[in-house]
Amino acid sequence: MGFFVEVLLSGLMAGVLYSLVALGFVLIFKASGVFNFAQGAMVLFAALTFVRLLDILKDSFAPITLSLIITIAMMVMLAMAIERLVLRPLVNQPGISLFMATLGIAYFLDGFGQTLWGSDIYTLDIGIPKGSIFILESVFDGGVLVAKEDLVATVIAGLLVVTLAIFFQKTRIGRALRAVADDHQAAQSIGIPLNYIWVIVWTVAGLVALVAGVIWGSKLGVQFSLSLIALKALPVLILGGFESVLGAVIGGLIIGAGEKLSEIYIGPYVGGGIEYWFAYMLALGFLMFRPQGLFGEVHIDRV
Amino acid sequence: MFYREAGQFKTSYKADQAVFPIFQDRIFVAIWLFLGFIVVPMLANEYVFRAIFIPVIIMALAAIGLNLLVGYCGQVSLGSGAFMAVGAYAAYNFMIRIPELNPLICFLLGGLSATVVGVIFGIPSLRIKGFYLAVATLALQFFTDWTFSRIDWFTNYTPSGSIAVQPVEVWGFVFDSPIRKYLLCLTVLVIFTVIAKNLVRGRIGRAWMATRDMDVAAEIIGIRPIYAKLSAFAVSSFFIGVAGALWAFVHLGSWEPLAFDINLSFSILFMVIIGGLGSIVGGMLGATFITLLPLFLNQLPIWLGINMSTAMVSHLEYMIFGGLIIFFLAVEPLGLARIWQITKEKLRLWPFPH
Repeated sequence: MGFFVEVLLSGLMAGVLYSLVALGFVLIFKASGVFNFAQGAMVLFAALTFVRLLDILKDSFAPITLSLIITIAMMVMLAMAIERLVLRPLVNQPGISLFMATLGIAYFLDGFGQTLWGSDIYTLDIGIPKGSIFILESVFDGGVLVAKEDLVATVIAGLLVVTLAIFFQKTRIGRALRAVADDHQAAQSIGIPLNYIWVIVWTVAGLVALVAGVIWGSKLGVQFSLSLIALKALPVLILGGFESVLGAVIGGLIIGAGEKLSEIYIGPYVGGGIEYWFAYMLALGFLMFRPQGLFGEVHIDRV
Repeated sequence: MFYREAGQFKTSYKADQAVFPIFQDRIFVAIWLFLGFIVVPMLANEYVFRAIFIPVIIMALAAIGLNLLVGYCGQVSLGSGAFMAVGAYAAYNFMIRIPELNPLICFLLGGLSATVVGVIFGIPSLRIKGFYLAVATLALQFFTDWTFSRIDWFTNYTPSGSIAVQPVEVWGFVFDSPIRKYLLCLTVLVIFTVIAKNLVRGRIGRAWMATRDMDVAAEIIGIRPIYAKLSAFAVSSFFIGVAGALWAFVHLGSWEPLAFDINLSFSILFMVIIGGLGSIVGGMLGATFITLLPLFLNQLPIWLGINMSTAMVSHLEYMIFGGLIIFFLAVEPLGLARIWQITKEKLRLWPFPH
């Protein structure tokens, strides 16, 4: 029983990390209706910039803070460039063209990040405690083993979700973002400048990507395969619904737990390695019952 | 001046419904066929066949197949790499387990296996739409990646997990030289293009296009969605499966499951979008563009005389590729087929401006 809880907890925490990446997707889809396939590349780019700046600035007086500020500035500039060069020319195109354009952005960012900063694997160390601890020793015999990094990641992700929730609900810009997410034309007609809003959304998604990149990077090391994390976050998206922050969180938990549990309990019978596609199949199963994800907006076809 | 319909009167319904009603169009197609079947084999060298013509032709077949699904029926599918893999592995298994079968029949059987898989994985499309369907088809992609790497029966228990095949041999005629491979692929492409063109002009094609435009309305006027969507998946996966079998046997010669991964799916989707959704010619143009672009980008630093490391070249290639995709989508969102259409319209008026 203790082993089950251990697997479940580690799955839930892995799921939290997936939710972090999925959050970026959701933010952009909610506000600009674009399925941003470049989110993974943005995670990689942010992490790469941060880790290399840490290296370059390590002898200055506040390396982490400085690198953070410069990386945030770069993500802002990236958001502005994307809005100007990609979103504005493609403003009324069907969703699939925009999706293809974000695929193009992903390729571009991959190449650009590696041109700027090189393509080695970099270790990221900003003081997140590593190692494992035993918890719940009184409930289960011997306690349950959890990794400290995962605990820290869960706390950070929770803080991020709460911050985003406050941002969306309480601030003026958050209200404007929600208005744009509801209806672009209506928002424009009451005077909300769409272009600024898109820059803000892509910046916030870039910051979420930075947090995700830092956490994943300290777990795995900053390397090219970080952009493939996006592919793992997609089942989270389709399970939770493309437009829902809550869906990203809960979907992440379900997918994370499901993946780990299936790998441990079903994996040995079918040759192992099923965690790559199990998440997708799980999400597909949910979709058959609720075609727009658990918390997604129901799409109403008017004929 | 030259490209006029004036004076071409049709005297029967059959003539009126021809695929190329304008006489100049027929001459144009005849010239291309002449160039393709007779001129190119005489003039091209081996490298050009291997690196340019054969991949472009096979990818054109795959792109036409995916266009039938995405462009004509509107179901976004990111699983085309998986269909190619199924076609290739199925053809391989048929070929080695039933040695009496003609290899061409094995290719068709590979396509049929891809059809079965396509219909099964097309069933979610009856419930799910849009991007949800696109991500759901990724499930197929990853599932086939795993299946062909883990289940050893498909690779006939080879220790390395990769498969190597002999050149295709049909009734003693061995397709080992590049010219023969090229002619084989070109013949297959021409036959399948004719099939595709006639499908989209017929009842099935119209059912697909109605489903694409507004599937609820199509259902109301009597087009059964199960029939339209699953037939699109079936035909499209047949085309892509045959293309996969050709890709593996004729172009690659030896392959492993990673040869059909998600990057291949994205390439084929790029070809369809850049070439133009909903257009047979577009599939071919897109395939040419996307296949030739990396080759071109690879050679560019050499032509410009700039010395840079191969890693830098490949990074720049990514950047330019991504940038070109965005540029292309912004400039002509309807793809190369639209540019071709505009050219034809201007040709009709030439030399007059309007």
